[in-house]
Amino acid sequence: MSVLAILEQQGGQWHRMSWETLAAAQQFAAALKVPLNLAVAGSGIGALAAEAATKSAGKVYAVEHPLLGEYTADGYTAAFEGLVQALNPAIVMFPHTYRTRDFAPKLATRFSRTLIGDVVAARLDGASPVFVRQLFQGKLSADVRPDGEGPHFVSLQAGAWRADTLESGAAVVETFAPPLDVAMIRQQPEAPFRESARAVDLTAAERIVSVGRGIKDKENIPVVEALARALGAELAASRPICDAGWLPMERQVGSSGQTVSPKLYLAVGISGAIQHLVGMKGAKTIVAINKDPHAPIFEVADYGIVGDLFEVIPALVEQIKKARS
Amino acid sequence: MKIVVAIKQVPLRDSPLRVTASGQRAGRWIEESDLSFEINEPDAYALEEALQLKEKHGGEVVVLCAGPQRAAQTIREALAKGADRAIHLEQDDLAELDTLGVARLLSAALAAEKPDLILTGLQSDDLGAGQTGVVAAELLGMPHATIIMQVDVEGAMVRVKRELEDGWFQHIRLPLPAVLTIQSGINKLRYATLMGIKRAKAKEIKRLTATDLGISLGAASAVIEKVYSPAKTKQAQIFEGDPKTAAAQLVEKLKFEAHVI
Repeated sequence: MSVLAILEQQGGQWHRMSWETLAAAQQFAAALKVPLNLAVAGSGIGALAAEAATKSAGKVYAVEHPLLGEYTADGYTAAFEGLVQALNPAIVMFPHTYRTRDFAPKLATRFSRTLIGDVVAARLDGASPVFVRQLFQGKLSADVRPDGEGPHFVSLQAGAWRADTLESGAAVVETFAPPLDVAMIRQQPEAPFRESARAVDLTAAERIVSVGRGIKDKENIPVVEALARALGAELAASRPICDAGWLPMERQVGSSGQTVSPKLYLAVGISGAIQHLVGMKGAKTIVAINKDPHAPIFEVADYGIVGDLFEVIPALVEQIKKARS
Repeated sequence: MKIVVAIKQVPLRDSPLRVTASGQRAGRWIEESDLSFEINEPDAYALEEALQLKEKHGGEVVVLCAGPQRAAQTIREALAKGADRAIHLEQDDLAELDTLGVARLLSAALAAEKPDLILTGLQSDDLGAGQTGVVAAELLGMPHATIIMQVDVEGAMVRVKRELEDGWFQHIRLPLPAVLTIQSGINKLRYATLMGIKRAKAKEIKRLTATDLGISLGAASAVIEKVYSPAKTKQAQIFEGDPKTAAAQLVEKLKFEAHVI
């Protein structure tokens, strides 16, 4: 019995969520009273493995192969399949990153298991783990219990565990050479790129007014523009608004857009799906305006108005002008 | 080319959700009897992408949907938008299965169809596991790519644009047949035309069960034990009622308590 935490790196840089996953895995292994091992895959990752070994764990497996230099779903699945078979851990933990979403379900399938993905909390019920996931885009929570023998596969949501609780230690680095060959890898990746230099840097904004589906129509965008003007704020949006072309993609806040932490973030007609929340929950003061009192955005808000934004916003603009004059 | 699109029917966005109070699934799912349903949003984009690929390359678009009887409505709507035919895998209580069980069901039907390309949305709006396409690909022995924003078929290969984090993208080539999970916003959704709705009535919907497909779905390895409203971690100060009063109260707080205006 052991816990295995799979950390993520790209081009020699750690994915920041790796440390959150490691902190969670340390706590979980301690609660289960079983050893914790770490693993990271890539090509030429000796220095990263050595850095991971300064954390409290048993072993750090450097899963090394020239074919792991570039991420592919086939390569990563085959490599970690070998490691999981060799270690037979009770639980395998991943950060819930785009990469994990791409290969971890495939890896779990090799063991006839379903990945328990995007987990926000965990507890032990006796010796048996229970994981909490969000359903209906955060409106409900579910307790999910892995059934039967391990290994069980679990990915952890960004920000659900804190990296600053990480315990230092001295782990032993061991190289694991997975048996990969070119014929196993069907995806041919090209170099990652960005669409264009960002003309709008939302990360520098002190105040942001952000708009979501509640605005209903492109014609209504001026309603929130007026609010942004009154506040001296940048205008931003949740993904569906940018998908629809109502505002440019570069104004998107969330996991696929920008991550912001302004002094004031005012979310208008945004329900607060987790993909949006991860991009803005670091804001100092969060205000939500939404007609649905159960919208998940109110979970992270400091202040909220429950009501029709088309009535609330004009009233708000008037009050702000009064307060700032 | 033959494209199969796997779609799911989910409760209408912004439906009021109540946890099931009684019966076999008490406390483990939501009350469905008073809800309306629609196509899962990312699946609508997957369907649109399939229709556009067919317009470009010719061939056939087959809709595959696992779900209870009520899913027939969503299937009809997909046919009205232009899909050629459909397969309805009649299965009650999808949420009782785990992703592996659902993917076993879908992949049994997919294997029989022998498609060149399989598209599905990157995740469902209800369970949100975001895995069904990837797991089906593994069961079928096909390569996959996830969170796709562009699809170009190049002979026996497909070149796709994958979304990465923080505004990054990447192109990937993979051999056909392959499974792609489609991101919302990849294209512009079409509406069904009156003619399309009329034509859909004559299109074939094949109804199959797990037994018809000769498969056993297996025991779930991850079981939903309890569904509930999330505990509040932060207590927002909420202003309700008359918009003018609420706005004045909020501005007061923002100015004198939060000091942000």
